Amino acid sequence: MSEVICPDNELIEITPENLLNKVMEMKRQGLRLSQACAAVVNEKYELSYSFAQEGTYRYITLRLVIDTSVEIPSITEFYPYAFLYENEMKELFGVKIKLINLDYNDKLYRIKEETPFLKKKEEQ
Amino acid sequence: MGKRSVIPFGPQHPVLPEPIHLDLVIEDEKVIEAVPSIGFVHRGLESLVEKKDFNEMTYVVERTCGICSFMHGMGYCESLEHIMNVEVPDRGKFLRTIWCELSRMHSHLLWLGLLADAFGFESLFYQCWRMREKILDIFELTTGGRCIFSVNKIGGVLKDIEPDMMRTILSVLDDMEKEILTIKKTFLEDYTVESRLKNIGVLTKQQAHDLGCVGPFGRASGLDIDMRKRGYAAYPYIDFEPITSDIGDSYARCYVRISELFQSIDIIRQASSKMPSGDISVPVKGNPEGEYFMRVEQPRGEAIYYVKANGTKFLDRMRVRTPTFANLPGMLETLKGADLADVPLLVLTIDPCISCTER
Repeated sequence: MSEVICPDNELIEITPENLLNKVMEMKRQGLRLSQACAAVVNEKYELSYSFAQEGTYRYITLRLVIDTSVEIPSITEFYPYAFLYENEMKELFGVKIKLINLDYNDKLYRIKEETPFLKKKEEQ
Repeated sequence: MGKRSVIPFGPQHPVLPEPIHLDLVIEDEKVIEAVPSIGFVHRGLESLVEKKDFNEMTYVVERTCGICSFMHGMGYCESLEHIMNVEVPDRGKFLRTIWCELSRMHSHLLWLGLLADAFGFESLFYQCWRMREKILDIFELTTGGRCIFSVNKIGGVLKDIEPDMMRTILSVLDDMEKEILTIKKTFLEDYTVESRLKNIGVLTKQQAHDLGCVGPFGRASGLDIDMRKRGYAAYPYIDFEPITSDIGDSYARCYVRISELFQSIDIIRQASSKMPSGDISVPVKGNPEGEYFMRVEQPRGEAIYYVKANGTKFLDRMRVRTPTFANLPGMLETLKGADLADVPLLVLTIDPCISCTER
């Protein structure tokens, strides 16, 4: 399913099963990974992987909605520099990501509190 | 093959403006690998969306960084303006463009000064920062602040620049243009400076693309990416082209930033001549609902503001991806094979802003 949020914001909903295939598709098209982030909406993780095309300024976001218990694969196999984004998602929100090429094991930000962004949502 | 050892670099180092730690794996005096660690100044600003409403968040986002504070505030406001279908008056857009370009000049002059300091050219450092003071004076004159301006609001800007004040600004910029020409000559033609910058930390266009580099760092390797061409604020009315270089070394990064100083002066001149009269903001009612990824070109490169709103005054999520976050992998690549003595300079050539990065 694909819908246009705004003219230059394209959103494609994906599942954990086709995450790597879709990311590989982006890589084959020569798109740059622009950002990846997590949000907690309705007690589920909403993960966004955004890709940018040079020249056209096209902007595509892959949207993955998963339960907080679901483990997903790392995309560092295709975009090695995604390790910073994935470590951030893991440490701040507690997203379970396996096989990150450089895993800081929740020590990227040196914070004492575990998954601070997830905890606060649960407290609400 | 020499003996390998690991040298800790940072977080406190004379040449580092902000804290980053690198574990440098070296063989003799050549860097083989660098493993970064950040996290010394993480503030959790994004999580404040739970406590501050979407209007108050404008002032939180501005405090992400003390150098590109204005653009942070503007990027956040523009993302909400997209969600709420708010059309900012043209004069408001031009004012934003002028403050954006002044911020770029402020940032680039600061960086050039730090670069000069890093390779031991103290008088050049003083000259760059002396010029930078003039930009800060303009900020104070037009907004009342030298660091955090708080002139952005959802729907436009809070302060206007009167014609007399605009003439004063243009006159200051005329003088600065001449002064920048003199430092340009030193930065780009002095052989001692060249010896510290040329062929140091080369990143090819393909590498820059593969590592997701942005801003002057990416453009110095030939990546033609400049978010201003996307057409936010008043940039659609401005005639300019991104400045790039095919060389990809530290000298090219210096060349791109110095050239962008002249480009910024030109953009401000164009904006002041094309700026219409009229309102500077529109009133905004109701709460936002929807989401948007706003991309703006900060002095250090593409910054992304993701806002997800649920129809209440509190946002579901606000996320800032800063240019330094995107440029760290590229910086690590430039360190591979570098001399240990060049590490401080190479870290500096991405113009790192760690407090931005960690938020």
